[in-house]
Amino acid sequence: MAKQLIKGNEAVVKGAILAGCRFYFGYPITPASEVAEAAAYYLPKVGGTFIQAESEVAAINMVYGAASADVRAMTASSSPGISLKMEGLSYCAGAELPFVLVDIMRAGPGLGNIAPEQGDYNQIIKGGGHGNYKVVCLAPNSAQEMCDLTILAFDLADKYRIPAVLLADGFIGQMEEPVEFPPARTSLPDKPWAIHSDADDEKRLITSINLEPELLEKHNLHLQEKYAEITRNEIRFEDYQTADAELVIIAYGVVSRIVQTTIDDMRAAGRKVGMMRPISLWPFPSAHIVELGDQVKQFLVVELSDGQMVDDVRLALNGKRPVHLHNRMGGMVPSPEEVQERALKILEG
Amino acid sequence: MAEKVLAKAESFFDIYDRNPSPSKDVTHYCPGCGHGVLHKLIAEAIDDFGIRERTVLFSPVGCSVFAYYYFRTGNIQCAHGRAPAAATGFKRTHPESIVISYQGDGDLAAIGTAEIIQAANRGENFTVFFVNNAIYGMTGGQLAPTTLVGQKTTTSPYGRNPANEGYPIKVAEMISTLDAPVYVERVAITDAKNTARVRRAVRKGLQNQIDNKGFSLIEVLSVCPSNWKMDPIQSKQWLSDNMIQQFPLGIFRDRTGEVPAAENKRHIFHVDGLREALELPVETESTIKVAAPAPEFQDPRIKLAGFGGQGVLMLGLMLAEAGMHAGYHVSWIPSYGPEMRGGTANCHVNLSHRRIGSPTVSRPTLLVAMNLPSLERFENEVVPGGLIIYDTAMVTRAPKRTDVKALGIPASTIADELGNTRGANMVILGAYIGYTSILPKEAIFAAMPSLIKRKNLIPLNEQAVEKGMEFVRNLRG
Repeated sequence: MAKQLIKGNEAVVKGAILAGCRFYFGYPITPASEVAEAAAYYLPKVGGTFIQAESEVAAINMVYGAASADVRAMTASSSPGISLKMEGLSYCAGAELPFVLVDIMRAGPGLGNIAPEQGDYNQIIKGGGHGNYKVVCLAPNSAQEMCDLTILAFDLADKYRIPAVLLADGFIGQMEEPVEFPPARTSLPDKPWAIHSDADDEKRLITSINLEPELLEKHNLHLQEKYAEITRNEIRFEDYQTADAELVIIAYGVVSRIVQTTIDDMRAAGRKVGMMRPISLWPFPSAHIVELGDQVKQFLVVELSDGQMVDDVRLALNGKRPVHLHNRMGGMVPSPEEVQERALKILEG
Repeated sequence: MAEKVLAKAESFFDIYDRNPSPSKDVTHYCPGCGHGVLHKLIAEAIDDFGIRERTVLFSPVGCSVFAYYYFRTGNIQCAHGRAPAAATGFKRTHPESIVISYQGDGDLAAIGTAEIIQAANRGENFTVFFVNNAIYGMTGGQLAPTTLVGQKTTTSPYGRNPANEGYPIKVAEMISTLDAPVYVERVAITDAKNTARVRRAVRKGLQNQIDNKGFSLIEVLSVCPSNWKMDPIQSKQWLSDNMIQQFPLGIFRDRTGEVPAAENKRHIFHVDGLREALELPVETESTIKVAAPAPEFQDPRIKLAGFGGQGVLMLGLMLAEAGMHAGYHVSWIPSYGPEMRGGTANCHVNLSHRRIGSPTVSRPTLLVAMNLPSLERFENEVVPGGLIIYDTAMVTRAPKRTDVKALGIPASTIADELGNTRGANMVILGAYIGYTSILPKEAIFAAMPSLIKRKNLIPLNEQAVEKGMEFVRNLRG
């Protein structure tokens, strides 16, 4: 199939439209602005709607309204903007509204800078908003996956009535790579619960309020059951050269690309190293990490944060194997050689 | 013979099953509260207009958070102050629906100020009912943005002091300063005469939406006997004596007559012409043949750097696009993050026979330096045996490294001679492909149409590539 050299941020929008999304509400922020710009350019051409909201807060609440209907809707931002969206994300989770939120992470805390970081792991995976909720979180590492995982995010969101987050970093958003675009979805999934503007709407209610503790606990238990089901069905990861590896590096997003080069270079020198790349950050491939731990002697997590994903790796292994962390912050990105140096130190004890 | 004189509107549920309280036939509102009256006027209007089945009511946060207990319509309950944003989102998906944003004073005029002003300013085609009772009801009587000067609340126990809390906000007046709204009126639920005005305003606000005329806001002054600590009769008197002085009744904007009625068409999902609209590539058979470059030039990891404006990013994109046409795995990433300083532009490009790992190039096999700072900055990163191509017209010294190949091209001079000063990047590109055979020129030419917006410039760029190739041919003699 013919390929197109395209920026990750733009591949998200084409993927979303192919998935049947026709409604985008967003606010500009570097390095995510190309998502809004592409949505503003393409959506009107396909009978869709783009609105530049007055704020990140308004944008996520516009999505709340649109996702209450029988359509597909999305928004995108970058870290500081995602912080602002947390109220809305919690409400959407409570009301079980499916939509896609794209986070092109930049460095923080505060205004930070526009260079890539992965410091939003905790606010997305651990629930930056209030209450007991989870969101499906997919982590692309190429322009192709920016398209493909956006489509998957819409499907999972609708399948489980849950917000789905595409968590990428500035590099993955800004990078251009060839992308093959799949066929367009010709129809949208049925959403009998959604407001249709028809006679059955009197039976439909979109809300996250429940004043009765007993009933709200029941709703929470329902959500927890759903999260357990998603954890059973939707874990995704990629193993790279792990079969005989003594050291496995765990990384996602642009870091997994850098680590791939590290693995290639080290394998060429006869070192038994491999990589495990979580594609779904929630649900997290914990069971697979435990399984790898049967054979792998040590793990190294490489991430662009103060060490956020490493907590989940340590929780999974529960002391079974040593877990090392190599991390950079503030927009600094390690080179393959830097990772190799650290990996060699670990291998040589 | 019994005569039915009172009937509940069809647009209310017969039994309020959604209310968890055991009483399913009364509302949760306090005796004397204005919400019950306004609910009734809205429900009756929905009945009379025959729009119940397409009406969607947005419940706010505040006492009317439970409006969905009562209205037999579509119901969406949303976050504090965000109803105008949520209503915007929904209305855009269903333009044919009748959307009501029902909000109190804390919701609309404090925490949701941005949302209401912006929705009004966009002229969203929905109807806002703004209940102003000068106090926070649900949370138990705190200061509202509309609390009167001197009025005591639980968070203004000494009375509202303008020096500390500012003045009551006049929402109807404020919204009417915007261009887009079609209808803004303030009414009050007090005596029969004023309540009849409320009824008329409710209907006008909904009729405007049915006719697709745009944004209507009706501010309704209403009593809160419980939190005002008065009985209902005293409350109405207090409203008339005090609130109406601060918030005068009347029409602040009415463009209803100027705006023509239009049909609200349902959004139809379709995929007609989608791939063309998305400008997706069409399948073409590639006839580009790639000669095998010498081993040291295979699978290049490339860093390209120069001043902004020298076309460094375009040079990188051209390589990546041409590489893709020639069947390579490719990646391109612009200068970004720590390397983006001092007015220099750089980008990283990979061309490979294998799946590309790191898109960032820390140890380039090829460095293209279009100016001296770029050479000085990146020379040491080049792998031993690698290649440095530099523009001798811009870079005043040769590379110092002796373990790399250096190829100096007077690219800017050649481009000048072609009458295309900005073509130095394409001269460099020609020199690179000529020197290494990494790509045939046909791949570059195939890449140009999607990257060069002004089509008349394509021949000039092709010429620059040819000149670069010619220069290295002559070097070899």
